[in-house]
Amino acid sequence: MAVAFTTTLDARKLRADFPIFEQEFHGKPLAFLDSAASSQKPRQVLDAMTRFYETSYANVHRGVYELAERATEGLEHARERCRAFVNAPAAHEIIFVRNATEAINLVAYSWGLANLGPGDVVLVTELEHHANFVPWQYIAGKTGAEFRMLPVETDGTLHLEQLDELAGDGTVKVVATGYVSNVLGGSNDVPRIAAWAHERGAIHVCDAAQAAPHKRVDVQALGTDFVAVSGHKMLGPSGIGFLWGRSELLRSMDPFLTGGHMIRRVRENESTWGELPHKFEAGTAPMAEAVGLGAAIDYLEAVGLEAIERHEHELVAYALERLAEIPGVTTWGPPPERRAGIVSFDVEGVHPHDVAQILDLDAVAIRAGHHCCQPLMHRLGVAATNRASFYLYTVPEEIDRLAAGLWRVKETFGV
Amino acid sequence: MSEFDQLYREVILDHYRNPRGHGALEECDAHAEGQNPLCGDEVSIFVRFADDGETIDEVGFEGRGCAISQAATSMLTEMVKGRKAADVAVLPKDELLEEIGIPLTPIRLKCAILGLGVLKVALHRAKGTPLPAEWQGLADELDLDS
Repeated sequence: MAVAFTTTLDARKLRADFPIFEQEFHGKPLAFLDSAASSQKPRQVLDAMTRFYETSYANVHRGVYELAERATEGLEHARERCRAFVNAPAAHEIIFVRNATEAINLVAYSWGLANLGPGDVVLVTELEHHANFVPWQYIAGKTGAEFRMLPVETDGTLHLEQLDELAGDGTVKVVATGYVSNVLGGSNDVPRIAAWAHERGAIHVCDAAQAAPHKRVDVQALGTDFVAVSGHKMLGPSGIGFLWGRSELLRSMDPFLTGGHMIRRVRENESTWGELPHKFEAGTAPMAEAVGLGAAIDYLEAVGLEAIERHEHELVAYALERLAEIPGVTTWGPPPERRAGIVSFDVEGVHPHDVAQILDLDAVAIRAGHHCCQPLMHRLGVAATNRASFYLYTVPEEIDRLAAGLWRVKETFGV
Repeated sequence: MSEFDQLYREVILDHYRNPRGHGALEECDAHAEGQNPLCGDEVSIFVRFADDGETIDEVGFEGRGCAISQAATSMLTEMVKGRKAADVAVLPKDELLEEIGIPLTPIRLKCAILGLGVLKVALHRAKGTPLPAEWQGLADELDLDS
C-alpha cells in the first residue's frame, strides 16, 4: 500500500481492550466501520462503571453517609475530568446531559426562549447535524426569530465571507455551527465563526459531538460560548454527554428542566434555583454513566488525541486510495489531512441500503442513510449516502474488507 | 443456499433491473404515492380498472430506491393484475412477503411493503373506503400520500 502508517498508535493492541470484537457475525470477525454513529467501549470504561455500581453506588449530593459521599466524589471527579478534557475554566461550567442533542436543546430553550424575538436572526449552516439544526429552527419558529442557513459546498467548504451578506441588516443573536461534520469529516474554522458572531453581538454555539472523539477541543482556544459533547461517540457509555457554557451566560439563564436537585428553596408560591451546575441538572444524575465517561477520557488521554487524529488521517488516506480503485464509487469531503476518520461515498446504481446489507454479510458494518443531515443530503443531491467511519481501534485490513465487499456489491448488481 | 444468495436471490435482482409494470399510466382510476423518509425510497402507483369498475386491468409504478423496495413493487404489480380491487385492498402483507421469499430485518421490511401500502392507499381512496387501522400507522410513518 502506498499510504505509510507512521502513527504511534497501535490499533491492533488497543482492539484487545474492546470486548465487542471477541465475537463473530456471519461467521466472520466484525469490521466495525460505524464509529461516527457511536463508538465501541473499552473494558476500562465498562469496568469503571461496574466498579462504581459494586462499591460506590448511592444517590449523590445531600447524603450524610459515607457511601453517598463516595458516589458524589465519583460524579464530581468525572465532571473535573470533562473540564480538563475541554480546558474549561471551571468545573461548574460542565453540565451533565444525556447527549449533545440535549445540550443544544438546553441552550435553545433556556437562552433562546428568553432572548429571541421577531426581527432577530438565528444562523446555522447547511452542514449541521439535525441536533444543531432542528432545535434552532424550532425555537426560532416559536419566538418569531428568523432562521437562516449558510450554504455549504459538496466538499464541506463553508464560505465564511458570505456571513455578512447572509446576516444583512438583521440582528444576529445566535450562530450555531458544528466543529467536525459527521458526514464529510471536515473541520470548520470555529474560532473565526465565533469571533464573527461576537462582533455581531451574537452568542456562538458549537456542536462538538463529532470533534471530541477525534481531536483536541479547547473551549478557550475556540472562543465559543457553548460546546456540546456526546459521551457515546468517544468511548463513553450511551446516555451521558455534557454542555460546557460560559459561567456568566449559564448564570443568566433560566433552568431547562425543573424538579428535584436543581432548586435552592421551594415554597408554595415560588421556587428559586440552585447554583451551577445544579440549576441545570434536575433529577437523579446519570452517575455511573458519568463515571464511565470519565474513564473514557482517561483512556483517550492515555492514547493521546494527537495520535488518534493522525491515525484517522492515515486511515482516511488509505480508504480514499482503495475506494478510488473501484469504478463507479465516488466519495465526498475534504482531503484526508483535513478530516476525521469519516468517508461518505456512493456506489453508482446501487442504493446505500443494498450496499450496507451486502457488506453486512461479510461482517463489515457501515451506515447507510441521511446521517441526521437531510439539508446536506439535499445539497449533495442524494437521499442517502454510504458512510464508513474509523476510530482508534480501526486497522487497515478492515478497509481492505470494505473494498472487497464493494467489489462484491458491484458484481451482485452487475454495475 | 448461502445467506448471501438468499438475500439477493436472482429473482429480486431481476425485478430490480427489469421492473414489471414500470411507468405511469396516462389515464388511471386510482393513484397514490409514498416514500420512506428513513432511506428515501419512493414509489408512485397507478391503477386502471376494467369496465366492471372492480377488476384491476392495468397497474403501473414509478419509483426509485433500494433493490428490495423496487423489486417488491414490481412483484406486486404482477400479483394484483386481474384481481378484484376489493380483494387487493385487504391483501395481507404476508402474501407479498412469501412471494419476495427472503429473510427481512424490521428496517428492510418497511422497504418491502412500501409499494403495497401505496397501492392500498390508492385503492381505498378510489373506492372511498377507510384505510384499515393496521396500515394507518404505516401510512403515517411512511409519508404515504393521503
